[in-house]
Amino acid sequence: MTSGDIIAKKQKTISLKSRKNISLFLNYLLLTAIAVFFLFPVIFMFVSSIKNNETQIIRDMSNIKAFIPYGEIGLKNYFDVFQQMPFGRFMFNSVFIVGSTVLSGLVLNSMIAYALARIRFKGRAFIISLIIALIIIPAEAVVIPLLLMVNQIGWLDSYQVQIIPFIVDAFSIFLFYQFFIGLPISLDEAAKIDGASPFQIYRRIIIPLSKPVFATVAILQFLFRWGDFLWPLMVTRGYEYRPLTVAIQQFFSQDPKVWGDIFAFAAMVTIPSLIIFLVFQKWFVHSVASSGIKG
Amino acid sequence: MTDKEFYSHNKAVKKISTLKKKETIAAWTFCALPLLFLLIFLITPFLIAFVISFSDQRLISNPNLPTQFVALRNFLRLFNSSSFRQALWNNIYFVLVVVPLQTFLALLLAVLVNQKLRFINLFRTIYFSPVVTTMVVVSIVWYVLYNPGEGLINQFLNFISFGKLGPYSWLNDTSLVLPAIMLLSIWQGVGFQMVIYLAGLQGIPDELYEAGRVDGANSWQQFRHITIPQLRNTTIFVIISTTILAFKLFTQVWVMTRGGPQGASKTIIVLLYQEGFTMLRVGYASAIGVLFFLIVLSVSILQRIYLKEERAVA
Repeated sequence: MTSGDIIAKKQKTISLKSRKNISLFLNYLLLTAIAVFFLFPVIFMFVSSIKNNETQIIRDMSNIKAFIPYGEIGLKNYFDVFQQMPFGRFMFNSVFIVGSTVLSGLVLNSMIAYALARIRFKGRAFIISLIIALIIIPAEAVVIPLLLMVNQIGWLDSYQVQIIPFIVDAFSIFLFYQFFIGLPISLDEAAKIDGASPFQIYRRIIIPLSKPVFATVAILQFLFRWGDFLWPLMVTRGYEYRPLTVAIQQFFSQDPKVWGDIFAFAAMVTIPSLIIFLVFQKWFVHSVASSGIKG
Repeated sequence: MTDKEFYSHNKAVKKISTLKKKETIAAWTFCALPLLFLLIFLITPFLIAFVISFSDQRLISNPNLPTQFVALRNFLRLFNSSSFRQALWNNIYFVLVVVPLQTFLALLLAVLVNQKLRFINLFRTIYFSPVVTTMVVVSIVWYVLYNPGEGLINQFLNFISFGKLGPYSWLNDTSLVLPAIMLLSIWQGVGFQMVIYLAGLQGIPDELYEAGRVDGANSWQQFRHITIPQLRNTTIFVIISTTILAFKLFTQVWVMTRGGPQGASKTIIVLLYQEGFTMLRVGYASAIGVLFFLIVLSVSILQRIYLKEERAVA
């Protein structure tokens, strides 16, 4: 007999209210089970990272104890990571590369989108179709010739090689464009009558009204750039310019593997993006949602 | 028209035309730098990819062996190469499983977290959290979970099957390695599509459901005849973007298996990386890049035609 049958049989005896309670309970049970599925790897990582004893980590890996912080708890693995490698440098590299790419991208992408959305000029239609066409080109399709180019001009192993090629992004321009085109044109016209230049209109009218799209582009670009792996793997050799993603992969592929240290490193890579996510949660959800509307 | 009127009209026209000129100059000033960046870092390498895919260009050119035009040799070699065919098949297999499954799960999760319940925001946050966890980290943690001996996944399967299932050597088994990578990819990515679906669900006007209830539709009928058709454009977007992401598969594979065992998890981008970066065969790798682009292009064109998307591009 399935639970459905049981419920059907008892239907007459159970009041409507308790039936509602049962379905509510089942609902939460399902939601919680799925939550466990999404959380367990991350909890496993954090819990293992604070176990000081490496043999205990390996022993606990195979059972439920993997999720229980017990035994010798501490930050030994974290200190180990700092001792064994220039972790601070990797963190700085990632923050610097992602930060400058995203910030300069906000300026340049919104500027061109403003011109395309708010000013009628010759060539406008052509540029718009060009940018929409460029969205389709995936970075992976151009990494090899781009590598050839940056190698020729001696940019390998540098910050600029990880920043400059990714500042202007066709998809970000498109997101800005779509938002700007929805703002009432009467705003610009009123400002024009007052003698405002296009740049002043952009600075004083468009930007203050467009916080949502700036947040959207910033967050989406942050997600893509922070997790970027293929390009930095190709263009960084030494540790000086290496971002976290490549650093942890190289640490992970060294033998013998010290799991405590690997988990501590992984935790430290995860914490900043997790904090940013939890603080700007509403914006994250909003950004991802709006990336899908007319993409 | 009096002289005076004519004069002032003329002045106004002049003023408008200088204003127009100023605006055009401003517009091009706004566009210049971004267009230059796109030209240098996207359009140029894109065109170079096509050009050098017909050559035997190497990353570090040998002065004694000048780069030569080799016509279609790279492409012919690619089609005859068993490792390219294997990589292409792996990608297609990945797409065929992950795209329908992830789209379906994303919709299911979106419906679940769209309920008006207490703590529902907490569940949304939890389901989305893998998306903000960097893929390299995700791959490392799942590598441990898939461990053949002590791995939690084997122990779990063993436990729920009363010892009948496993242990499996997930990442060392040619038939299990891709399914294993599929599972963690869905785990990491499904929250993104869930949020897109959630926005789609919340955009459906309540009146439609009210009308449905008046007509006596039960919740399944409402879902089937109101929700699904209303989410058509969202579904198209989710399918296209998941398919393209699936063809870009690289990070998970490189961290966990480097394409092994015996190429069972090798993908197009893994091959492109190995040929272009490890073997320094830039011409050959560019041919892979060109084919990869053509695949992505045709996928989006095919899907757009097939699903007859109504695109709202101004």
